[in-house]
Amino acid sequence: MPRPDRSSTDRCDRTGSAAAGRRRLGLAAGLIATLAIAAASPVSSARSAPDPATQARLIHLLVQDCGSCHGLTLKGGLGAPLLPETLADRDAETLAAIILDGIPGTPMPPWRGLIGRDEALFLAETLKKGITP
Amino acid sequence: MTGFALPSRRSLLSAGLAAAAGATAPGIARADGCALRGTGDLGLVVERATGSLLLVETSGRSMLARIEGLGDLSHASLVFDRTERFAFVFGRDGGLTKVDLLTASVAKRVVQAGNAIGGAISDDGRLVAVSNYQPGGVRVFDTDTLEMVADVPAIDRRGAPSKTVGLVDLPFRTFAWSLLDGDEIWIGDFADPRAPKIARFPDIGRLPYDGVATSEGRWYVAGLFGEDALTRIDLWAETPKAEKVLVGYGKGEQPLPVYKMPHMEGWGAAGDLLLIPAVGRHEVLAVERDTFREAGRIAVHGQPVFCVARPDGRQVWVNYAHPANDTIEVIDVPSLKVVHAFRPGPAVLHLEFTPRGHEVWISVRDADRIDVHETRTFAKVGEIAAKSPSGIFFTPRAHRLGV
Repeated sequence: MPRPDRSSTDRCDRTGSAAAGRRRLGLAAGLIATLAIAAASPVSSARSAPDPATQARLIHLLVQDCGSCHGLTLKGGLGAPLLPETLADRDAETLAAIILDGIPGTPMPPWRGLIGRDEALFLAETLKKGITP
Repeated sequence: MTGFALPSRRSLLSAGLAAAAGATAPGIARADGCALRGTGDLGLVVERATGSLLLVETSGRSMLARIEGLGDLSHASLVFDRTERFAFVFGRDGGLTKVDLLTASVAKRVVQAGNAIGGAISDDGRLVAVSNYQPGGVRVFDTDTLEMVADVPAIDRRGAPSKTVGLVDLPFRTFAWSLLDGDEIWIGDFADPRAPKIARFPDIGRLPYDGVATSEGRWYVAGLFGEDALTRIDLWAETPKAEKVLVGYGKGEQPLPVYKMPHMEGWGAAGDLLLIPAVGRHEVLAVERDTFREAGRIAVHGQPVFCVARPDGRQVWVNYAHPANDTIEVIDVPSLKVVHAFRPGPAVLHLEFTPRGHEVWISVRDADRIDVHETRTFAKVGEIAAKSPSGIFFTPRAHRLGV
């Protein structure tokens, strides 16, 4: 079986990586915007907001790992949707408690041990504001 | 078609393919003549964050083209038709996309539901079925036109609509699936898709999270999240019935938090055994294929997500849930021992063997990379750049039942 000639593969590669580069830039801009909003918002009660590197890690966790059940765009999947309108009637403290302790009898696990209380509150507030993946 | 294979007709073939794809085919079928090839060594890699697919080939371990515009591909999966030319991609956002591998382009696309989880293709290649979270149930489409030919809502016995999971194909235009919220298994015969015959199996156990058919099509097995057991149905029985197996495999111990649901896809014939991810435990269970009696359990690095048998059944490769998801372990089936472990990198999401298992491709999501390893020496022999890669699917799946 002849393989596709090298030149055709190269052409395809170039097209692909250029497009990926553009998307990466777009994604980075979106993330910076999200972080800027998060940093500018008031911090509730006595707690320390996670530093920017931790915030970036938490947003990544939210989109990628929470997203494996709740959907990459958080519109829901196995787990419930986590959009601002669906979370409007719950305060951040309640949501943070669900993140830390899970919901027994359902697939929502307790994240305590992997996520601290301040980090859970940051995630809850981020969800209530909404993120643009 | 045979005439097209003659060298003198090559430009005709290219022109024909390009015309079929709307004349702007970006992939391997080009008017400049680099078109003619088979599809048996092709595959697609899901780039989950960007709604794109990579068309790859395993002979030279290379990326051929990127196919874009497939919507939300988080948790996306796909099946191949029996020609190995077309793939049907099931997106999270309910998108059902028919992709042409020869032209590296989208042939057709519909958004068939609000939120979907997977699908299957019938043995005759005529029907593709999609499992939906929103609005729930299963919808069946004509593979030529993507026109819906059957809509089967999953209304459970309490009258509530259920999300469906574990949708697989069975022989003779039949599909089986489980009702996540309804605790039921349904088996649908779509010989006449306008009048499907549905067999319902109620009370099969709490929260079935996935299902699989064994490769010969005899057993449909549902994994249970809400119970320490699995449920299986003998499809060869005169009167099939649901039967719980491996009851109490957790031995009453409190399961660990599950950060990523295990998958049941990939259980192959590993000799006389099936190797199964234990839910909420750092264990892989080995069970006898016929009786489902426990034959052993293997202590592993984390909570297993995929336990994929190499096509010859000699090895089973395992990846893990967060936070142990940087690691792969290889279990030797005859000895039920971990014989190799390595760390490809952050967020190893999926793995796929070449058709006869000499190499394995591994998606390392947070490294934006696919790694290729030999399975005899375990040595890394190649890598391919990919943006947040998740599922890897090679065309020989077209000829396997229950995937």
